[in-house]
Amino acid sequence: MDARETVEAVYRAESRRVLATLIRLLGDFDRAEEAMHDAFIAAVEKWPSEGVPENPRAWLVSTGRFKAIDVMRRRARFDAALGELATRIEAATSDASAWDDETVEDDRLRLIFTCCHPALTPDAQVALTLREVCGLTTEEIARAFLTSPSTVAQRIVRAKAKIRDARIPYQVPARADIPARLDTVLHVIYLVFNEGYSASAGESLTRHDLSREAIRLGRLLAELLAEAEVIGLLALMLLHESRRAARTKESGELVLLDEQDRTYWNREHIVEGCALVERALTGRRFGPYTLQAAIAAVHAEARTAADTDWAQIVGLYDVLLRADPSPVVELNRAAAIAMRDGPAAGLAIVDAILARGDLDEYHLAHSARADLCRRLGRMADARASYARALVLTRQEPERRFLEKRLRELPAS
Amino acid sequence: MKYLCLIYDDEKKWETMSKAEADAYMGEYFAFTEGVKTSGHYLGGNALQPVQTATTVRSRNGKLSTTDGPFAETKEQLGGYYLIEARDLNDALQVAQKIPSVRTGSIEVRPIQEFD
Repeated sequence: MDARETVEAVYRAESRRVLATLIRLLGDFDRAEEAMHDAFIAAVEKWPSEGVPENPRAWLVSTGRFKAIDVMRRRARFDAALGELATRIEAATSDASAWDDETVEDDRLRLIFTCCHPALTPDAQVALTLREVCGLTTEEIARAFLTSPSTVAQRIVRAKAKIRDARIPYQVPARADIPARLDTVLHVIYLVFNEGYSASAGESLTRHDLSREAIRLGRLLAELLAEAEVIGLLALMLLHESRRAARTKESGELVLLDEQDRTYWNREHIVEGCALVERALTGRRFGPYTLQAAIAAVHAEARTAADTDWAQIVGLYDVLLRADPSPVVELNRAAAIAMRDGPAAGLAIVDAILARGDLDEYHLAHSARADLCRRLGRMADARASYARALVLTRQEPERRFLEKRLRELPAS
Repeated sequence: MKYLCLIYDDEKKWETMSKAEADAYMGEYFAFTEGVKTSGHYLGGNALQPVQTATTVRSRNGKLSTTDGPFAETKEQLGGYYLIEARDLNDALQVAQKIPSVRTGSIEVRPIQEFD
């Protein structure tokens, strides 16, 4: 690997950590971003001739901090306050232990809790976390949330302005405040995981780095506070992740759960995920994430699709529906009931949900209906629902999957 | 950093309170004020007279208009404020959530604009 490739690899692996630490050292998001970019430019210039430093991250933080102080000194000619600030920053953070490994992990948590601060709007929390913590571009965030890049950019600008002007502190909340602050953080992490697990649009169905990042965030959070739902969310992500190799063919085609080759499931993830589910369930304060993880665990423990304990899954959906009522949960419960009691029972529920209009724009509701109609031999209905799902999906692999199902449908 | 904690609540609730209830409520406010003075957050604060005492003045195209009543009629009215000194927004929110009216009304926390 040449120095240029090394810089790129370090950027992918470390840029978010470098940024998180620079925000703490420099006290401002925009200043930290500028400093980080200057640091990577310096790396491109220097590493090829001087060699890659032993600790690239520490080098980048140190260089970024130095560059930022330099920039502030130069601008101090027009704004005296910047000069004072530069002197303060220089004095406060000259010790290199300020960016050792442990402090750097804390910085990532500070960044998460700051991006998910309740004084920001939920939209802004998600956009800011994906941008700053995960390094997604505004275009990627916009696609994931069905909005325009300029809207996302505006949300991020406003959020940063509020953090600066209202002085939202860059810190992990006090222990007493953590449970209240946690819900937002968990929600954001799960959205990130899902963006990585099934990208909302385009060719790539899975984006491993994002899911890995979400799992890493989940682990970090679980280490900091052993709340049932933190453990439950980590379990849920691991159990989904365990199926990654089995859920797409080499051609990129989607493979449904009951058709997956279970020998491709990642046993390590399953063992860890199931153990975490059990731990979360003993916590008594478990909620929707733990229950979803428990459902995933029942699937994971079935050796073949036919061995699946559907009665237990329906029971868990009943509890989940009480804890967190939503049309999507109802839809999933209907699919489980179809497996336990037959497709007609499931179809009746799916049709009732669609009749309410709640999931009319949701492609998975129509593909679920199509599948149940197909199993009941109602081919014309199946064809109409597959076609509707095809119109609504924006993922290339899912589109191919639905087209294949349509082609394979026998004439009615 | 300075923050203004604006206390919005339904003024009418005072009318429905018994004297004992009103005294207990005022007692909570006195205790809160003592608390933030001791902790060093307190810079100032006042209760306001009811909104029917309010007069709103505005000038448009050089024409002054003076009208009876508050800027906007709302279900909850600005009834008082505290000006506090806090380390950051989290610190300010810790103070704001102890203001007795937080249970019946709402507290808006606004950072004070500093001019050099």
